[in-house]
Amino acid sequence: MNRILILFAHPRFEKSKTNRALLKNIERQEGVTLNDLYEQYPDFNIDVSREKNLLLAHQILIWHHPFYMYSAPALLKQWIDLVLEYGWAHGKGGDSLKDKILFNVITSGGTREVYAAGGYNRFTVQEFLIPFNQTTTHCKMIYLPPFAVQGTHLLTDEALGRYAALYRDLLDRLARGAFDVEAMKRFPFLNDWLLQEGGLPRP
Amino acid sequence: MNHTFLHNALIYLAAAIVFVPIAKKLGMGSVLGYLLAGIIIGPFFLGFIGEEGKDIMHFAEFGVVMMLFLIGLELEPAHFWGMRNLILGTGSLQVCATTVLFLAVFLTIGFSWQAALSIGLALSMSSTAIVMQTLREKGLAQTESGKRSFAVLLFQDLSVIPVLALLPLLALSSVHAPAAGQDTLLAGLPGWAQTIALLGAVGLMILSGRLVIVPFLRFIGRIRLRELFTVAALLIVIGAEYLMELVGLSPALGAFLAGVVLANSEFRHELESDIEPFKGILLGLFFISVGASINFNLMVNHPLKITVLVFGIMALKASVLFLTGKFSVLTFDQNLLFTLGLAQVGEFAFVLFSFIYQLNILSTQWTDTMMGVTAASMTVTPVLLLITERFILPRFGTKEREEKDPDAIDVHYPVIIAGFGHFGSTIGRFLRANGIHATILDNDSDRVDLLRKMGFKVFYGDATRVDILRSAGADQAKILVTAVGSPDLTYDLVEKTQKLFPHLTIMARAKSRLDAYDLIDLGVKDIYRESLDTSVRLGIDVLIKLGYRKYTATRAGQNFIKYDEAAMHQLAKHRHDRSVYIFNAREQIQLQEQLLTNDREVNPTLNDHAWDSDLYVDKFAEDASKP
Repeated sequence: MNRILILFAHPRFEKSKTNRALLKNIERQEGVTLNDLYEQYPDFNIDVSREKNLLLAHQILIWHHPFYMYSAPALLKQWIDLVLEYGWAHGKGGDSLKDKILFNVITSGGTREVYAAGGYNRFTVQEFLIPFNQTTTHCKMIYLPPFAVQGTHLLTDEALGRYAALYRDLLDRLARGAFDVEAMKRFPFLNDWLLQEGGLPRP
Repeated sequence: MNHTFLHNALIYLAAAIVFVPIAKKLGMGSVLGYLLAGIIIGPFFLGFIGEEGKDIMHFAEFGVVMMLFLIGLELEPAHFWGMRNLILGTGSLQVCATTVLFLAVFLTIGFSWQAALSIGLALSMSSTAIVMQTLREKGLAQTESGKRSFAVLLFQDLSVIPVLALLPLLALSSVHAPAAGQDTLLAGLPGWAQTIALLGAVGLMILSGRLVIVPFLRFIGRIRLRELFTVAALLIVIGAEYLMELVGLSPALGAFLAGVVLANSEFRHELESDIEPFKGILLGLFFISVGASINFNLMVNHPLKITVLVFGIMALKASVLFLTGKFSVLTFDQNLLFTLGLAQVGEFAFVLFSFIYQLNILSTQWTDTMMGVTAASMTVTPVLLLITERFILPRFGTKEREEKDPDAIDVHYPVIIAGFGHFGSTIGRFLRANGIHATILDNDSDRVDLLRKMGFKVFYGDATRVDILRSAGADQAKILVTAVGSPDLTYDLVEKTQKLFPHLTIMARAKSRLDAYDLIDLGVKDIYRESLDTSVRLGIDVLIKLGYRKYTATRAGQNFIKYDEAAMHQLAKHRHDRSVYIFNAREQIQLQEQLLTNDREVNPTLNDHAWDSDLYVDKFAEDASKP
């Protein structure tokens, strides 16, 4: 049984229909802990030791955030800068997070198609996520492809419901350990891996 | 009040008013001014005062007592301890060498060894009054020579106790018993018993300070009458003097000890500023009477003898001092100041000579001569210093340097917090938690007592008194935090500080918006309304309890504070536009109205579109509907 920590960062969660749907009652899911950063640290004063203890108590970590300006909201960056200390998470003696699994869960207004070399945003989501990817690797963790909910402005309530179910399915498989890291790494998005696994149909 | 008193008071005050400003203008320092005033009104010149000058000198010695009390107050035991090597080393070298030298000289002249030894001891004393006053006036107190001078003077002042205890032993060897007029409790006792009793009295003095005086001052403090505290301060000094006189000890030493004992108490600054004016006046009176007591007849009759004695004694003292200075590695020019500054015979010599006379160790004629020499040497000192400073030092091309040596100077913290109630104490605790020390002033003696037990450096005193601010180190500090509760006091304090300590950054607590306006009018930039931040924080928590996200509520609160402070500065400008005087309460209501209207127009939280994706939705829907 894997324990999963969702490090959620959204400065205006109350205005985000998508994220509210994704995270509704998420903590009822077995093995899942939600760490709502903007609620926990409204003054940006991150309690590093609390965060470290949380990290140590979980095997799978998720950076869950809106894809603001092709990146994460400020508090998540603050969290990365403060918590992933030299000598603890990386560098000499920094093996605390070794072999843990980490990936991003992002929500974006733009659709999957606009994130491409020829598209409006010119780069793929994976390319935009390179700093997160390398930070994870730098901390000796395993980085998985992102799980993304895209084109959020156009999503119907029904489609949103299906995404929420898909996220729960993903968390359930991860918690049970019903996955193969190498197989997952072959897909651009975890959404695609779930489809292949024959889970719920793609929304 | 009789005619003579008024007459004398008139003469002394008028003489001081006339001569001191002239001396100051001529750059001679106030001490010389007072001495000149004394000489002029004395029996030899104008003859306004005659023999009663001696009585007045006796009365005015009280000024010296007060000065020693103040010196004691400034010497926290810890600093005193830090200076121990300087005091013991330099001080004992000077006193012992000078005494031995004079002992040899007067033995050669043909005095008995007892007389020679007691003369030597008396002549080794320098004048704390003249030197300290002069050093402070010239701003030399913190220079190397200033510190050495202070150490030597302190050692001399301290050694008066054992010397006074020792003199009766010398008298025992001569046939005469202590003379009448020494009507102390101990007069009848044999010499050794007197010696023990004297030392015992000093011990008692030190004990009673902590156990009796401090609780007494706390009691007085609770009554909250400023003049009563001054009365209490005077009572302590006079009490110490009386006690010491009762056992036949130097009152000055008693006061000095009382000062040291109280230096660590929270009442230090308050006592300092209460006694200071009395000290100043009486010390001035003392210098005048020294001037007046100079027996010019003696000088006219034996000009050669007196001149030789004055300059011979000073030359001998100076040579010892110069060597002492050399030993404690003073540079040449610093050593020169040190040497000439301390070369005179001091006021303690008056005390010692009269005691020696009473013990019949010395003849009347020689006692008079020595007293005359003492007064003359004191008068010559400021002139000598003036000549040194004006004509000799410039030739050597070096000027006095201000060197900072933290072990000898009293510490001054960069921050002064005035008022240590719930508001100020939070600031103090926060600063202390971050390693910033502050000098704290508060006039609630109960609270001061408590906080001192908790290890804060809190002083009892009314911060609106300029003298207290000054003794708290306002000249050296960087920031003054006014955290007093009363807006009137704050206003008063800010006004005074701006006038007298313009270098201080004032950070002020304001009770209300209107008080803040007053402070804005005074030009204060850093104003903290005590109601604002806390109220907004409560408001933020209300929002959170109602289900708002914490970050959103926090941001709304931060914006509100920013907006509210901007509005305050905006409205402050228009406050004086109204021609009609509006009653305070009415003004408050009008202000509220104005604010509420403003809030509706530019509410900082509702117009915040940060991270609001709703605006994009329509555009996206539109784009998506296109093929």
